[in-house]
Amino acid sequence: MEHEDEQLEFDFENATAKIYRESRDEIRLSIGEFAGPLDLLLFLIRREQANIFDIPVARITDEYLNYIKMMEKLDIAVAGEFLVMAAQLIEIKSRMLLPQDPKAADEEELEDPRQELVDRLLEHQKYKNAAEMLWSRATVEQAVYTRGRLDTDDNNMEVSATVFDLFEQFQKILERKKDEILMDIKREEMSLADMIRTMRERLRSHKRLNLMELFSTLETRRELVLAFVATLEIVRTSAVKLTQKSTFADIHLVIDEV
Amino acid sequence: MVEENTNGSESPAEYKKRSIGELVAVIESLIFVSEEPLTIRGLCGILNEDKESVAAALEQLAGEYSEREGGLQLREIGGGWQLSTKPEFHEDIRALLKTKPSAKLSLAALETLAVIAYKQPVTVPEILEIRGVQSASSIKTLLDKRLIVSKGRKDTVGRPMQYGTSKDFMIQFGLKDLSELPNIEDFEDFVEG
Repeated sequence: MEHEDEQLEFDFENATAKIYRESRDEIRLSIGEFAGPLDLLLFLIRREQANIFDIPVARITDEYLNYIKMMEKLDIAVAGEFLVMAAQLIEIKSRMLLPQDPKAADEEELEDPRQELVDRLLEHQKYKNAAEMLWSRATVEQAVYTRGRLDTDDNNMEVSATVFDLFEQFQKILERKKDEILMDIKREEMSLADMIRTMRERLRSHKRLNLMELFSTLETRRELVLAFVATLEIVRTSAVKLTQKSTFADIHLVIDEV
Repeated sequence: MVEENTNGSESPAEYKKRSIGELVAVIESLIFVSEEPLTIRGLCGILNEDKESVAAALEQLAGEYSEREGGLQLREIGGGWQLSTKPEFHEDIRALLKTKPSAKLSLAALETLAVIAYKQPVTVPEILEIRGVQSASSIKTLLDKRLIVSKGRKDTVGRPMQYGTSKDFMIQFGLKDLSELPNIEDFEDFVEG
């Protein structure tokens, strides 16, 4: 299966495929730009400064095979398409080496064995150029701005939650906990300072803390109250914010990255 | 031209009669507020006006914008009308909004998009034929970004899915409609490096 390198940026102006020979046995190559065998061929033809309508098949085939060997050497999985193209090139090369049958010449028009490949390359080139056109259009469009979105509930992903929303969630959890049968056996006294510390640590490692989830892992009423007070304390004393994606959704504690 | 009534229930006799000036003004306000390009159809429905009046008002409004040579442009995009800033001010706007240009599509994805834009509706095997490579991940990226949409299955062996470009594609690439794409044959020239 072909592996497409999902680069995020592509610069048509400066992009060239490069094969570096750094020392005797060190070869470096950048191949991100080769979307496939047709691309590789176009690149090789250009590099050889060959005429696309008169491809020096023997030379290009050798180059092409070298390239594939290099990919194998570097442990780059050579995609099936590249091998199919290699076989086609070799076939064309051998057909060109064969002497023309003088009798056949009259019946079938002397067709250049390269013709089909040339057609495919030209077709491919058209779409490459079209892609380039799209790229420049997108660049222009990115410089155009429309009016900012209105702050309606629909598109405003993060409405800041008020203390009342928080309290409401807390109530919900208390309500849920009420129905559970409690077996108060262990008696681990947790202080408010402990609770703040644990929550801070979790916030630091996760960047974001779902309060609903946190609250539901707590077992005793005392812990819940501590967590609630700790939340208020953390929001008051550090750069965190409370966010809620929509009314009644879970509230998150998020590190405020400003 | 046959007059098309967008409201269905309303008859042309019940069309409101605004003066062209009023119509231009109210259309400007609607386009200003709308998040998406507004179509003539949509405007007719909201304003209860006939197509010709709305089209004439839009033309006048567009004329006013281009004459004014200000920071905004009114243009037809993705089948509708939209108010936007002019590209030349992008640096200052970016400074204000504190944004960076968003990530561009990869070359592979752009090539796939080009094939889909010109050959639509087109199936995966047909894309493979032109590009010479499997394009699965590019197609997924394009679908995720909503630049392409599936256009049903082709009635052929294996009933492969067909793809075409979306309205978002036209908006993101600044196209009024698909006919605005340059002719693919114009890209034929093979420039030697």
